[in-house]
Amino acid sequence: MREYEAVIGLEVHAQLLTRSKIFCGCSAAFGMAPNTNTCPVCMGMPGILPVLNRVVVDHGIKLGLALDCAIERNNVFARKNYFYPDLPKGYQITQYESPLCSGGHLDIGVSGAQKRIGIRRVHMEEDAGKNIHDERRPYSYIDFNRAGVPLLEIVTEPDMSTPDEAAAYLKELRLILVYLGICDGNMEEGSFRCDANVSVREKGSGRLGTRTELKNMNSFRNVQRALEFEIERHTRLLDAGLKVELQTLLWNPARGETQSMRSKEESHDYRYFPDPDLIPVRVDDVWIARVRETLPELPAAKRRRFALQYDLPAHDCDVLCQSRALADYFERCAELLPAPKDISNWIMTEVLRVLKGGHDDIGSLPVTPERLIGLLRLMQGGTLSGLKAKEVFDEMVATGHDAEAIVEERGLEQLSDEEELRRLAREVVEAKPRETALYRGGKTQLLGFFVGEVMKASRGKANPKLAGTIIREMLES
Amino acid sequence: MLDTARRYREGKTSPTQEVEALIERIGKDTLNAFVTLDRQGALTSAARAGIAIGQGNDDPLMGIPIAVKDNICTQGIRTTCSSDILKRFIPTYDAHVIERLKARGAVILGKTNLDEFAMGSTTTTSAFGPTRNPWDETRTPGGSSGGSAAAVAAGLCTAALGSDTGGSVRQPASFCGITGLKPTYGTVSRYGLVAFASSLDQIGPMGRTARDVAMVYDAVKGHDRRDSTSVPGPYPATELSGLDLRGVRIGVPGVFFTQGLAHDVEREVRQGIERFRDLGAAIVEVDLAHIRYGIAVYYLIAPAEASSNLARYDGVRYGERFGDEKDLFAMYSETRARGFGSEVKRRIMLGTYALSAGYYDAYYRKASQVRTLIVEDFRKAFTRCDIIAGPTVPITAFGLAEKVDDPLSLYLLDIYTIPANLAGLPAISIPCGFGDDGMPVGLQLMAPAFQDDVILRAGIAFQDSTHFHEVRP
Repeated sequence: MREYEAVIGLEVHAQLLTRSKIFCGCSAAFGMAPNTNTCPVCMGMPGILPVLNRVVVDHGIKLGLALDCAIERNNVFARKNYFYPDLPKGYQITQYESPLCSGGHLDIGVSGAQKRIGIRRVHMEEDAGKNIHDERRPYSYIDFNRAGVPLLEIVTEPDMSTPDEAAAYLKELRLILVYLGICDGNMEEGSFRCDANVSVREKGSGRLGTRTELKNMNSFRNVQRALEFEIERHTRLLDAGLKVELQTLLWNPARGETQSMRSKEESHDYRYFPDPDLIPVRVDDVWIARVRETLPELPAAKRRRFALQYDLPAHDCDVLCQSRALADYFERCAELLPAPKDISNWIMTEVLRVLKGGHDDIGSLPVTPERLIGLLRLMQGGTLSGLKAKEVFDEMVATGHDAEAIVEERGLEQLSDEEELRRLAREVVEAKPRETALYRGGKTQLLGFFVGEVMKASRGKANPKLAGTIIREMLES
Repeated sequence: MLDTARRYREGKTSPTQEVEALIERIGKDTLNAFVTLDRQGALTSAARAGIAIGQGNDDPLMGIPIAVKDNICTQGIRTTCSSDILKRFIPTYDAHVIERLKARGAVILGKTNLDEFAMGSTTTTSAFGPTRNPWDETRTPGGSSGGSAAAVAAGLCTAALGSDTGGSVRQPASFCGITGLKPTYGTVSRYGLVAFASSLDQIGPMGRTARDVAMVYDAVKGHDRRDSTSVPGPYPATELSGLDLRGVRIGVPGVFFTQGLAHDVEREVRQGIERFRDLGAAIVEVDLAHIRYGIAVYYLIAPAEASSNLARYDGVRYGERFGDEKDLFAMYSETRARGFGSEVKRRIMLGTYALSAGYYDAYYRKASQVRTLIVEDFRKAFTRCDIIAGPTVPITAFGLAEKVDDPLSLYLLDIYTIPANLAGLPAISIPCGFGDDGMPVGLQLMAPAFQDDVILRAGIAFQDSTHFHEVRP
């Protein structure tokens, strides 16, 4: 049995969050009625010319800096020529010989180990429209709303060797894009799309095997499944002494398999050449410095800082840093109350439990950091039990009220008055002579029973910790 | 034009009278200069201009009838590029130059014939039939702006717009005995000009005199944010006085007077240059070493860009659609096979080949490098002279049926006009005499970039001392 290893490279297309399209003034918004965000420019009408939206360059530089890339000073746009109904001009305006960013890297962590994935290039280009096929009639329609929406294409070196690494890379890249505020990272709506190149070779071999290109994977899970399927397929072919055919494949998530889209013979000759309608965009140090100033703290740096500054476990840092807003929420809380691990626990369990819209939805949560800390203070001060605190939290989510107000209104304060607890404890001890005798005879595990009785007597309000201390004193004196 | 403007003010005629008379003449025209006549639109704007003039408007362009080459988009008026594929295409927008002319009160009479997609030098590849030369209707008016040139020469309009990618304004101007300017690349917005070869295309004015051409140029030049290659400016108005030629150095490249140049054309052009010497200019010899590669470079770059620019005519969104709609690629092939004429298809194939994998470096990249050498040749030449002069075309207008099956010999006629496009320089053709066949001969002047005013005013000076531009067919 020979041993094999896979070699994986990824190409991501990230739609940029700009107000207007890359070469015209049309809105780049998603989800509008078909062909409403269009104009003669993005419809490719005769005589019409593209004009670059320079915010796209800002966004591209931003990502380039985040990925430690070299930034190209002389940016030439090129035409990629091919015929397709969703491509209005018969060519896509893209970058070819000199991409905006090149030679960067992204570090990922897979099962505790760090791995550096090389970034070959990041370039700017325009998206195509969308063909819509009528299921019932032999008609196809085209929606050009997407035509001209700005994209960054991000290409890695073939540095990944497992589907897990590919998924980790994609998650981290997506997180960076969202952190930078340049892409919403929505895979289902197609604002973050991934193609993969995969080949398999004998372990230790210096030569790459024949690759196949995979398309149509619209979730992290599908990327993993498609790669697993393809690696398995390549391995079987190689084991049988057969050859892998160089081709482009579509992932069929319903059938869980890849299907041939086009072979090498059918591959396009795109006839790239510099677009004479656009002048080269010169990027100078001033421009780069201006963009650098807008860079936020990136996920990796934030995770490192959280571990150091708040002494949190790696898992907590990962979860809290999955969104800038959530991390900010945590930090505001930790500013108000220096108990980072308690806060982290609460966020990871209760807060994330109620955030229906995902981690970025924290802004819509009525429980502000100030309110959450109000609740935690009531717990720390002994006014509220952990169990009751969860109830109060849910009430805070539902009503938007402060913890203090809810506790007071519903009479949920914990009984922490020692005098009163001593009185209740005395009654319980007197009412349970048999258990008292057993405890004093050495069966100290009965302490829980006595605490339970005190809780009952106080109708659940007694501070259980304090009640325990008092009963132990009473029984052991 | 100034004369018409004055007669409007003197009440001797009005824009409406003028336009009505032209419409009548165009209706009887046997030249086939126009593809589309905008009767209603022209009369409406003529009436409006008449009112403005009555109210004291003194803009010399107000009410002036102008013809527009049919590859320049006009809102609501079909813009066909003289191609079957766009024969029913009606733009929803005006080209920048049309906006400018309308803002000045000029009257757009209609759209003039051209070689299909401006690819040609005879105006015979039009889907609407050939245009004839008003000096001799058996001959070509040149091209591709042959409709505009014939219309101006025959007095069917006061001035016209053409477009010039490799000589398409200057060559027909030369063949029809009128004046035509190919402006500095980037000074007239290409927004709304249907692209042939984007890095070479410029819209240019055509008129009977250099003064008229200067006035139309001033109206249409200027920065336009919708064209990324549009130059920000400044754009000072052109002085309409003749250039004082005393001390001006006129360079004559020896390479412009070698084999292929007809002896009668050479004679008239040399006499034209002598006229400049009489006016005080110094005539110097200049060298343009790489000019001999101009045609080769042009016929790689222009078709390459064209092959991409014309990809949008695919039958999907607008224009004609032919073939089986159930089979996408059959529809594409059929639409383009039937929609385009043979010259357009020839150039698309040439360009596709030049850009193909494995050939790009040998053809397109190499051509771009030689183009840079030609730019450099001009830069050096203009350290020794202020203006370069020579023939516009090696011969006079030929018979309509001649050379139609010989694309290569047609391509060679572009030898003197192509360099200005490759280098982005301003160039003008002015009438300087007549050949042995009685057909007009043009003299070409070129200047450094953004010195359009220099050659316009040299042309004005020349015409102030000659009468060739006043001879009518």
